[in-house]
Amino acid sequence: MALVKADLDLCQGYANCVVAADDVFDLDDDGLVVVLRKEVSGSEMDRISDAARSCPVAALRVETP
Amino acid sequence: MSPVTVIVGSSVGGVRTAQALRSRGYAGDVVLVGEETVAPYDKPPLSKGVLAGTSTGDDITLLTESAARDAGIRLLLGRAATRLDVAGHRVELADGEQLRYDDVVLATGAQARPSPWGAPPGLHVLRTLADATTLARDLRRGGPLVVIGAGFVGAEVAATARGLGVRDVTLVDPAPAPMSRVLDPAVAGWFARLHAEHGVTTRFGVGVDGVEQVEDGLVVRLGDGTPLPAATVVVGIGAVPNDDWLRTSGLRLDDGVVCDRFSRAADHVHAVGDVARVPHPRRGGLGRAEHWTNAVEQAACVAHNIVRPDAPRVHEPVEYVWSDQYDRTLQLTGHTGGALGHVLVPGPDPERSFAALYAEPDGTFAGAVTVSWPRALVVCRKAAGTMSLEEVRQLVSARRPSARTGAVT
Repeated sequence: MALVKADLDLCQGYANCVVAADDVFDLDDDGLVVVLRKEVSGSEMDRISDAARSCPVAALRVETP
Repeated sequence: MSPVTVIVGSSVGGVRTAQALRSRGYAGDVVLVGEETVAPYDKPPLSKGVLAGTSTGDDITLLTESAARDAGIRLLLGRAATRLDVAGHRVELADGEQLRYDDVVLATGAQARPSPWGAPPGLHVLRTLADATTLARDLRRGGPLVVIGAGFVGAEVAATARGLGVRDVTLVDPAPAPMSRVLDPAVAGWFARLHAEHGVTTRFGVGVDGVEQVEDGLVVRLGDGTPLPAATVVVGIGAVPNDDWLRTSGLRLDDGVVCDRFSRAADHVHAVGDVARVPHPRRGGLGRAEHWTNAVEQAACVAHNIVRPDAPRVHEPVEYVWSDQYDRTLQLTGHTGGALGHVLVPGPDPERSFAALYAEPDGTFAGAVTVSWPRALVVCRKAAGTMSLEEVRQLVSARRPSARTGAVT
């Protein structure tokens, strides 16, 4: 299990995370990221980590406790 | 002996490949070789925050020494690769050291296309942190600034310079409008007006005959004879792949390293980012994508293919590039440009935001340009190549916030 965290001060609405994992990320009307689901399972880690690393401004983290 | 992956090139494609190998549990050694001595850094901010002085070198670092150590990535910086021995599985560095590999990733990127007018003092290209640092210093002396080439880099430099208060900025391009390779004339014209409104003098449809050094600076001589005095000149006329070091490798080089659809140039030789020329998944033919997101997606794909050679993944990017100019964000996805039919959809604030949707001749949605409207972009990035233009137009229109829709319909 891991936790997804977003820094809204950094987000610029590039949308790479949404394209990579739209079950976890979306954008709101202002173009800022919305984390739809904070907890991700081990089997999803590759995909969600790739999505986080695709953020051009490093606004996303996937933290393992 | 534990397996070794050598990644040549320490920009975003190389760094992300190294990180993705580790996150996929790659158990071998990961060696990341970079020609520059500074820690790996991100390039998009060079024409924006770094020039503007709002981002420092530390802010744009992609991988610190300690982060590399923690991740088990061996960083070899300031070490240019000079030769690849495919049969012998070795990378040779400029100092003669030979690195043995089981898999090698070619991620040497591209360099700014050199100025055809020489490099007199005050003339810049912009590709590296060192380029950005020296240009930022020159811009602080004030203008006049002449930017040759109104592609993304040139347009961003002009916008950033105006933001810095440089008074006399001229943007020159032989094409009739900025970014005309990827924008249709109407949208390109919108950006030309945006630059003019911010005080940039635009000279489109005229080329440059020469740049001369004079007593107190430079003079850019346009094709119609007009002389433009300049303290600083920026030449932004594209990039060329860094594939010279592979001349003796036997790999097929043709405007980059030619790869199969798995981003492989040969067995155990992978390529990522600007240097890789790969088959286009939808339009056929080979192409190089000089875009950040493509490099990051390809890095994840190549890391997978190294860890799971039994089940390789195809690199199937949907083109995506963004550009920040003034307070607007331009985002492009898929196939766009003047040769395609298009419709315009006004955004939540039609004065500031809109989407231009492009169609292939058969009516299939080809791609989009969105301005300051990220929610429309999301729809378009998912739809490229799969829906009709009309379907996408309806979806994008539905993305206008309902409370504000009344103002634009």
